[in-house]
Amino acid sequence: MTAAISQSRGAKAARYLPALLMFALAFLAFLALALTEDRGFAIHMGIMLVAFFAGGLWWLARFEDLPDGSFVLPDGGTGYADDVIRAGAIATVFWAVVGLFAGVFIAAQLAFPVLNLGLEYTSFGRLRPLHTSAVIFAFGGNALIATSFWVVQRTCRARLFAPGLAWFVFWGYQLFIVLAASGYVLGITQSKEYAEPEWYVDLWLTIVWVAYLVVFAGTITRRREPHIYVANWFYLAFILTIAMLHIVNNLALPVGLSSKSYPVFAGVQDALTQWWYGHNAVGFFLTAGFLGMMYYFVPKQANRPVYSYRLSIVHFWSLIFLYIWAGPHHLHYTALPDWAQTLGMVFSVILWMPSWGGMINGLMTLEGAWDKIRTDPLVRMMVAAVAFYGMSTFEGPMMSIKAVNSLSHYTDWTVGHVHSGALGWVGMISFAAIYFMVPRLWGRERLYSLRMVNWHFWLAMAGIALYAASMWVAGIMQGLMWREYNAEGFLVWSFAEVVAAMHPYYLIRLAGGLLYLGGALILVVNVVQTIRGRVRAEAPLDAGPVHAPAHDVPLPAGGARPVAAE
Amino acid sequence: MASATGGFHGRIERNVTLLAVLALVTVTIGGIVELVPLFFMQNTLEKVEGMRPYTPLELAGRNIYIREGCYNCHSQMVRPFRDEIERYGHYSLAAESMYDHPFQWGSKRTGPDLARVGGRYSDEWHVQHLVSPKSVVPESIMPAYAFLLERELDARDIADHLKALARLGVPYGDDAVANALADLRAQADPDADTSGLLARYGERVNVRDFDGNPGKLTEMDALVAYLQMLGTLVDFSSYVPEENRR
Repeated sequence: MTAAISQSRGAKAARYLPALLMFALAFLAFLALALTEDRGFAIHMGIMLVAFFAGGLWWLARFEDLPDGSFVLPDGGTGYADDVIRAGAIATVFWAVVGLFAGVFIAAQLAFPVLNLGLEYTSFGRLRPLHTSAVIFAFGGNALIATSFWVVQRTCRARLFAPGLAWFVFWGYQLFIVLAASGYVLGITQSKEYAEPEWYVDLWLTIVWVAYLVVFAGTITRRREPHIYVANWFYLAFILTIAMLHIVNNLALPVGLSSKSYPVFAGVQDALTQWWYGHNAVGFFLTAGFLGMMYYFVPKQANRPVYSYRLSIVHFWSLIFLYIWAGPHHLHYTALPDWAQTLGMVFSVILWMPSWGGMINGLMTLEGAWDKIRTDPLVRMMVAAVAFYGMSTFEGPMMSIKAVNSLSHYTDWTVGHVHSGALGWVGMISFAAIYFMVPRLWGRERLYSLRMVNWHFWLAMAGIALYAASMWVAGIMQGLMWREYNAEGFLVWSFAEVVAAMHPYYLIRLAGGLLYLGGALILVVNVVQTIRGRVRAEAPLDAGPVHAPAHDVPLPAGGARPVAAE
Repeated sequence: MASATGGFHGRIERNVTLLAVLALVTVTIGGIVELVPLFFMQNTLEKVEGMRPYTPLELAGRNIYIREGCYNCHSQMVRPFRDEIERYGHYSLAAESMYDHPFQWGSKRTGPDLARVGGRYSDEWHVQHLVSPKSVVPESIMPAYAFLLERELDARDIADHLKALARLGVPYGDDAVANALADLRAQADPDADTSGLLARYGERVNVRDFDGNPGKLTEMDALVAYLQMLGTLVDFSSYVPEENRR
């Protein structure tokens, strides 16, 4: 189905201008590649050169040339623009496996350091950012972009604004991921946690992010519904705030034509800017965005309205207002001034309330449909996700109290806390959204297998339990050992002895990670088979009809039990 | 969500521009209140006797420290607790990272804090430890960095690095920038004329061959030079906290 556009100047511009921009960027990358003496930078410029050139060609090829010399842009029909969401769903699943595998590998390195392999490219210091970025930005980011495009179209009852630009967002974002990940392996990093990519990658992400905002907000302006649905408030706040945080935290001055740059701020100012960013990467990337996901997929799957409209208003505004203040709790007892630490702590504790407002609104949406936790594995997964959201948003404020933080900071307790949020909340709600979208995106009657969803769920639950419990015990033990004094007033443990004591817990954590990864591999099979249109022959999940007449009879006197003929 | 409400929030829900502007205003407030004062308050800008910018060799070592992701496992921030002060030394001052673009306080101690590791171990220990951590600390789970000993330090553009930092406010003078490469080489060369280096960075700069191989300027030289100066700039025997009250 094609809609011919008149061959005006505007149509020509629509075809040739984006391609020209891409070719211009490719030329800039080529110049940088030719002029730089920095090997890593040259590799990155080569990747960008190829990507931009391919992007320009792809855009030109999207148009269909007609025999009379004019051309049209096949517009994909009048329905929702779901092509880019299909790509996003596949990318989400792919990066989930990559990110989780990287996590399992670095967890194994901590238990068995020989796995660092003696190579600079495979040492823990370079792979740990690869794991965090792959999980947060590649898996989480793709899940957010794909679901936001799904949700904004459905809740606005409007086709995506500028689907071509949405494709730019998708591929531009994948380019960002590839540059970030390959950069870490090559040793290109600015060492700011969760903001490691260097200046040119940051610039590229800024462009992609602005395009994302245009597509998302543009679709909202086209809506056929009078109100903007609550899920979109959260997605919008996430997009806007991440733009602000990303730009300010990555202000840096490059050194000549190389990958290296120096951040504009130093010391205390740099530390607080970083954790203002870092905590709100959690608050807006991993929370607000995923709450948007919750507000659409939980009511849809449970087939119930959102519990409280008023609560969603109150907790939305209070959540986005309060989260920004919480950054200093990453810097308790450091050289950051006390007043800032205390402010960060107080706001972190208050933040508990709007966080639980979201949890309550999500869980209570199941009011009247609680039986679905038993019968519907997707609802079960969503409920578990929201429950983990509630748990980690209780644990977080607790750990932000200075007295608790004096023990927990610098230990694996923090790692355990992050993973109960990331594996439990972010992971499970994303997997549920993928399971929800994939059959609908590919027009399948249902998922390949609901029983495999169940297996995924329980493997993930067991994995999280092992992970979180081992890191809680290990972290608290570690903190207590560091500060333990004997009767003579000497420190009891050397640092190296504490490292040795961590070994069994690192093994348990590794086992937990493997279980979680195993669950994700089941997801891969299920998604692939669903896309291929297969349906697994399996007994339905519920136990069948409640009333079984064959069983509901008295036993004959003296006779054997009748064989049930159901 | 069935209720189509009127009122002020009903207006926000019908206008994406209004929603976006109000959300953006809401999320900027906390950052402004917490961040902006740090650029003006005395206790975050304190000047402490002894602080100086990194020498070019130390800076190159610091960039290797960043490149290898050492911050993932090592903090550089001693908190004011009895156990930390006994284990690591005097608690860290804000001033001690005033020239750190970026800061390296870290967030995790898979390995020990390094804020005051300078001068605690010999150069030979550091080299041996980086080449094969388990050979000196049997419990260690640190990766081996033997390649640092082989690889020549590529510091051709070190002057550009100093220039960039100078533009961000680090007090590198014109002569420091002009002599960056010479200063870098001189610090690791026992036979070099180091008068310029010492005049620019102070008499207490460590000048020696750090990696045990005087014939070759390696990445190991730079990294060990950086580690050996960490936390040594401020003389705590004469530091009076009351003069730098936070």
